Amino acid sequence: MSTAALEKQGFGATLWDYLTTVDHKKIGILYLLGGGFFFLLGGLEAMLIRLQLMLPDNELIGAQFYNEVMTMHGTTMIFLAAMPLIFAFMNAIVPLQIGARDVAFPFVNALGFWLFLFGGLLLNLSWFMGGAPDGGWTAYAPFSIWSPTHGFDFYAIGLQITGFGTLMGGINFIVTIVNMRAPGMTYMRMPLFTWTALIASVLILFAFPALTVGLFLMTFDRLFGANFFVPEMGGNEIIWEHLFWIFGHPEVYILVLPAFGIFSEVITTFSKKRLFGYSAMVFATVLIAFFGFMVWAHHMFTVGMGPIANSIFAIATMAIAVPTGIKIFNWLFTMWGGNIRLTTPMLWAAGFIPTFTIGGMTGVMVAVAAADLQYHDTYFVVAHFHYVIVGGVVFGLIAATHYWWPTMFGKILNEKLGKWTFWLFFIGFHLTFFIQHFLGLMGMPRRYWKFLPGQELEVGNFISTIGALLMAVGTIILLYNIVKTTVSGEKCDSDPWDGRTLEWSLPNPTPHYNFKQLPLVRGLDPLWIEKTQGNGKMIPAEPVNDIHMPNNSFLPFMMSLGLFIAGLGFIFRTDSTMGYIGIVAGLVIFFGSMIIRSVKDDLGYHIHKEDLEEEGAGAE
Amino acid sequence: MKGWMGRFRALFLLGGLALVLSGCGNPYLSALQPKGEGADMIMDLMILSIVIMLFVFLVVMAIYVFVLVKFRQKKGQEDYIPKQVEGNRVLETIWTVIPIILLLILAVPTVQYTFALSDTTPETQEGEEAENAEEALWIDVTGKQFWWNFDYRDKNVQTSQDLYIPTDRRVYIKLSSGDVIHSFWVPTISGKMDVNPGKNENEMFIQADEEGVYWGQCAEFCGPSHSLMDFRIVAVSPGEFDQWLSDMQNVDPEAEPESEPAREGKKLFSENSCLGCHAVGSSPAMMGPNVTNFGDRSKVAGILDYNKDNIVSWILNPEKHKPGNQMTGNYTVPSKEDAEKIADYLMSLSPSEIGPDDAKDDDYIKPQKDEESDNKNEENNEAEDSDENTNEEQSEEE
Repeated sequence: MSTAALEKQGFGATLWDYLTTVDHKKIGILYLLGGGFFFLLGGLEAMLIRLQLMLPDNELIGAQFYNEVMTMHGTTMIFLAAMPLIFAFMNAIVPLQIGARDVAFPFVNALGFWLFLFGGLLLNLSWFMGGAPDGGWTAYAPFSIWSPTHGFDFYAIGLQITGFGTLMGGINFIVTIVNMRAPGMTYMRMPLFTWTALIASVLILFAFPALTVGLFLMTFDRLFGANFFVPEMGGNEIIWEHLFWIFGHPEVYILVLPAFGIFSEVITTFSKKRLFGYSAMVFATVLIAFFGFMVWAHHMFTVGMGPIANSIFAIATMAIAVPTGIKIFNWLFTMWGGNIRLTTPMLWAAGFIPTFTIGGMTGVMVAVAAADLQYHDTYFVVAHFHYVIVGGVVFGLIAATHYWWPTMFGKILNEKLGKWTFWLFFIGFHLTFFIQHFLGLMGMPRRYWKFLPGQELEVGNFISTIGALLMAVGTIILLYNIVKTTVSGEKCDSDPWDGRTLEWSLPNPTPHYNFKQLPLVRGLDPLWIEKTQGNGKMIPAEPVNDIHMPNNSFLPFMMSLGLFIAGLGFIFRTDSTMGYIGIVAGLVIFFGSMIIRSVKDDLGYHIHKEDLEEEGAGAE
Repeated sequence: MKGWMGRFRALFLLGGLALVLSGCGNPYLSALQPKGEGADMIMDLMILSIVIMLFVFLVVMAIYVFVLVKFRQKKGQEDYIPKQVEGNRVLETIWTVIPIILLLILAVPTVQYTFALSDTTPETQEGEEAENAEEALWIDVTGKQFWWNFDYRDKNVQTSQDLYIPTDRRVYIKLSSGDVIHSFWVPTISGKMDVNPGKNENEMFIQADEEGVYWGQCAEFCGPSHSLMDFRIVAVSPGEFDQWLSDMQNVDPEAEPESEPAREGKKLFSENSCLGCHAVGSSPAMMGPNVTNFGDRSKVAGILDYNKDNIVSWILNPEKHKPGNQMTGNYTVPSKEDAEKIADYLMSLSPSEIGPDDAKDDDYIKPQKDEESDNKNEENNEAEDSDENTNEEQSEEE
């Protein structure tokens, strides 16, 4: 069952392998494919939004359809693109960076992926089954409760299923990072990406339950006639806003902290320097996560919480600027005195610094509670969070794609095309979103289907759409690059960037057990230490021994499929008896699979010492 | 409230930043061209925060450009291994402490202004009797998909879509919603406030520095025509406002219009039970916009140019103009001729001489406090006007 053997398999066998895999590297690839697909879908929706807003009083798409597109753009990008793409790199890289052979719970890891995928598919089925959700990704009640289509049923159930997957992923990574570090890999020697993955997982653990609760209440309101958020029945619509943002604000940090980690890796590697102020960086990450839970109500300054609450949340929000500033300066001083190679991943990191600084600046501006009364729910805020989420998260993910493509696929993405992607996307991004700060202040609220002529908003919107088109071209080139490299790219060296961390010590392709012998970590940037003080190879911390590996399983797929079918059943329960059949069938599949998993012993298998010595892979 | 921050703004006005910003956008829509107390205060905060942030940005960019230019790999240096610096305690302390100081500078006025803007205790000005506080003008604003209703509390006056306010004082508004969450936003006058259904009612004050017709919008997503839920604030001088209020109080919903088509329109309006939703006078129907002073509307449905064609078009097919509105499908669509007559009637509904045009001229009419108490004798409105019209120019600034 080595990877070399797998590559010779036919398509059917490969497909079955991926459907049943519990290998973190393959699950990483699945996340990359799934997240990438939804990223393109969300991008398509973004293009529709920009085309509709290209001209005043435009009738390109209707109001209802626009609202569905706008809602699904936000929901898709956050839950179905950014989150899984972050998980893609966490899966592919974190176990390698800490010197582990897999994550702590490989079965749960696979389950997390399939739950995400089926949840995302369920949500997007709404397009073909009566209409997508139409009330914004924030789904404020009572609009979302009263929305006549099934859209928000799909939203509640689809995100619930996806959310289960995310929660499992988060727990899995906490356990993995806490328990499975290689000998010598103390906390303060962990690479920054692993640190941020750990902190983001902790954030997931505490933030997602709030979403789960909110979605459950919404499900009961919509499907079973409860009235948690319906004001005239004694409910309170503001509670949804609190629940949503108690989850929603940490979610921003769940996304952006791993991106910070990616940039820390990229910047150190391509500056050939150790991270400046490593402990300050770790401390800043923890601090951002901690503050991240105390600022949710800054999304609600106009709700009418009163000046005391508004002031407290304003000050708490401003406080986050301090650790973020520490990070920016630490990156700059990592580059200071370095030997900077402007490769494609480094270009994205270089583009990230000014972009994210602007996003952070406008972040402090919107934190000024009184002034936020003007910014709130306008294009100023739209510009702000795109600077943070595109400038931080998406730039980070594209940097990671280029940086870790060799680790994941054994090939380097074309550098020339990569630079084209960067410049088109970077320029397009600033064209699209910089002007939107001004559009917002000039009186354009967000989520507007059309703006009317004579409001002097025409020029800004037109420029914004042109920028969006450039971003689309950049993305298409990236896609072409990926296809081209996959089809005709050459296998590269196992350490093409002159890396510093453990993932670059592994052979290309990485064996499915990762490390033949677990490496001994002698400090921060362990591979770099061996390169400068040793012979450039990791010192093994153990003799060659039998390796215990988990078996593949089809049950995660079946369990997720069961929830998917049951979810559809719940949504259409009131429409037809098919709904009840769906509920029963789905739950039987789901619980049946769980019972099989619980009853049947699955002890995994061992790779024998003799076979390992024959293969001769891993640390030597 | 305007003390030191006002001076600060003047300083940067000279610096040009505020000047550049204030050139942005439509003067009656843009938050960058404040014309009211709330928007003024927020503009001060914006400029303070922009100045601080620009300073930070310039520092970051200076280091950034220097680093990228100076330390980029040069030819022949591919194998150069830089010194592996762990950190620098002094530098790290500096970039922790300076941002904290900058944020404190921003935090103080933030808290100060947050409290000031949310204060809806009616102000008592010096030299005026205490009961003025109780006479503060309160307006109950209701947002509905996709229009606004304005109920002048204890004044027995209701309007929709055009909110008339005097320029000489703060007007207090209470916001509530009849369906989903909306948000009341007039960028040039003040920041926005959410309009929640149920018990989560909000209060705020609005105050316009000068006369004008200011654009208002819904800023919280509320449905298909969220982007079309516009309204206007018509800020007129206090004398004009007093006259408008008394005209509105004395409106006779039964008054027969002058022209023949309009008279027929009035009949059609009640026969087709339009009145079931659209009140004439101050009755609180609130199903649809109040049409008491429809003849003076600045826009049709808040978005279309005010003319007969557009009114007819709206009556015949409201869905075309505001998708998802509550009128579509809930009334019998009249014939085109009937719709024209109804339009004639609606356009004849002009109980007051004060309209949006009065907000656009520079006539400043002083308040008529004495007459206000006994405004039952409506006939001498004309007489009062000529007496009181001292047409004083608005004194600039304080």
